[in-house]
Amino acid sequence: MTDSPIFQAENLSKIFSTSEGDVRAVDDISLSLSAGDFVAVHGPSGCGKSTLLLMAGGLLSPSSGSLAIDGAAPYEMAQAERAAFRGAHIGFVFQQFHLIPYLDVIDNILVNELASESREDLAGRAEELLEKFQLSHRRHHTPSRLSVGEQQRVALARALIRTPKLLLADEPTGNLDSENSEIILKHFEEFAGAGGAVMMVTHDDRAKAAASRSLELASGRLV
Amino acid sequence: MKLSRLVSREIAHRKINFLLSVGGVALAVACVIVMTCLLGAHQRHTEEILEGMRAETEADMKRLEDEIRKSMKGLGFNIYIFPKDQEMAEVYAEGFASKTMPEEYATQLAASEIVTVNHLLPSLTKKLKWEEQNDRTVIAIGIRGEVPIAHRDPKSPLIDPVEKGQIVLGYELHHGVGLKPGDKTVFMGREFEVAKCHEERGSKDDITLWLNLDEAQELLNEPGRINAIQALECNCATIDRLGEIRAELMKILPDTQIIETQSTALARAEARNLAQATAAKKMEDTKRELVSLGQERKRFAGIVLPLATVAAMIWIGLLSLMNVRERVTEIGVLRAVGVKSSKIFTVFLSRAALAGIAGAGLGLIGFALIFPLLSEGIFQSQALGDLVELSHWTTPVIIAPLLAAAAAWLPALVAAQKDPADVLRND
Repeated sequence: MTDSPIFQAENLSKIFSTSEGDVRAVDDISLSLSAGDFVAVHGPSGCGKSTLLLMAGGLLSPSSGSLAIDGAAPYEMAQAERAAFRGAHIGFVFQQFHLIPYLDVIDNILVNELASESREDLAGRAEELLEKFQLSHRRHHTPSRLSVGEQQRVALARALIRTPKLLLADEPTGNLDSENSEIILKHFEEFAGAGGAVMMVTHDDRAKAAASRSLELASGRLV
Repeated sequence: MKLSRLVSREIAHRKINFLLSVGGVALAVACVIVMTCLLGAHQRHTEEILEGMRAETEADMKRLEDEIRKSMKGLGFNIYIFPKDQEMAEVYAEGFASKTMPEEYATQLAASEIVTVNHLLPSLTKKLKWEEQNDRTVIAIGIRGEVPIAHRDPKSPLIDPVEKGQIVLGYELHHGVGLKPGDKTVFMGREFEVAKCHEERGSKDDITLWLNLDEAQELLNEPGRINAIQALECNCATIDRLGEIRAELMKILPDTQIIETQSTALARAEARNLAQATAAKKMEDTKRELVSLGQERKRFAGIVLPLATVAAMIWIGLLSLMNVRERVTEIGVLRAVGVKSSKIFTVFLSRAALAGIAGAGLGLIGFALIFPLLSEGIFQSQALGDLVELSHWTTPVIIAPLLAAAAAWLPALVAAQKDPADVLRND
């Protein structure tokens, strides 16, 4: 573990222009996540949690402020370069899992190979993750045949396939029962413990409790 | 995980959308190949009709020519070549010319490349009294037999030559005098053997005496001279047969003139020429009609083919757009995990191109399968192999995927430019 932060945001703001005027979704947020950090971001609906997460993931350019992930500034990169950076350094987990319905478990996990320029062989790592998340017996099943807990574990395996430094999760336990939520949160803790950083947007108190740090967002600002 | 796997799995998953795209391309390709074959069948049918007409006309012409040739042969010589200074009124009044020309003219003509006449027979004719037979009026004709035309195969002569010392007698002469073949008789103070006696013909032949040309020239005091060359006209290609013969003859023997006789044969020749002209006109009219019909079909094809192509492209474009809309979340996830927009673009274009290839294949196979059912009705009973060339099979397989990809270009661009943040935002 190093002291340099994995995620560093300085005065980050995002303003959306609407017909009713500008909406400041994220307002002057400075935030730093180091290796081992497992941060839960919570707040009421529309407070800017998802916007912050998307900006952190290199998917939504900030209106102002700066952002660095593992020492690199993704928004200073060209679009293709940023996509490649995202694939290599950031993992995403969503509330709705967003698995590709026509791919089986192993292909869903390996979909990240499409992002890789070098013909990186991720099969070994995929096997490791299947084992770790107890999905080996489901490798050739499509998402529709999986339980929600299994689906979320596949989504987590997909996020971790290229061993990213930063894991971003948007309501990862929102559709899970307590048992499956626990499993997922345990894996997040493990990931952070192994030197990664987790930023998790959640409404779930158990999830907040599992995090090492909890940040509350209101009207786009940290409170 | 390769892009091709993603594409193939998605196709297998969303079969209906893909099959609808394939069906659209297949219909368009079938439409194109059917139109192409229709035009080809029409063209071939036109050629067959015209070829049939041409062959029929040719056969008719051959038959007519043969009839004319037989008529001409049956009726004997029908072309008379006289010296240029001969008064034709006298010929019509007397039945022969009084003026003479060199006998070499016949040889000269035979040695030339003349094609409009054949069976050349030089003769010297004079009407006189047969003093030894009570001053009977005779037409003495000196002949030497036909002069063979150098550049033609020898033909059997229409008239046999008369040997020296012999004569051939018309009916009135041998009947009136009581001569028969083998008898001896004196003509103009010279003794001759009767070689042949003709049956009654009811013409001036009945008072004609044929003898060898050399002897006739001696007896009539016209050495090396003749006053006519008889000939049989060939079947000339044009209606103006006489003009054609005259033009050719004048180049060889400018000091002569010709007349044509025996109207039955001429009427047949004219009828043949008229039949030929009528057949040619009929063929031309039919050709014009068929060409006009062909052009009409081409114009129709010119509308239908682009229409079918554009309709298929619009169809594929719409289905691709539907596919993009169905896959918005998937696109967002792929972008989030780092897949470049160019790859997303490729996914949608490849899918459309595959639909193009499959559609072209299906359209062509379908066409080949239903062809036998349609062959008799709309393809004029033509064989598939005669109507469809190799390029007709290969071109759709190359063009269809390109056009399908072009049709999916805009939807693919929409997919590639989809903002993942819009898709994945959960706020």
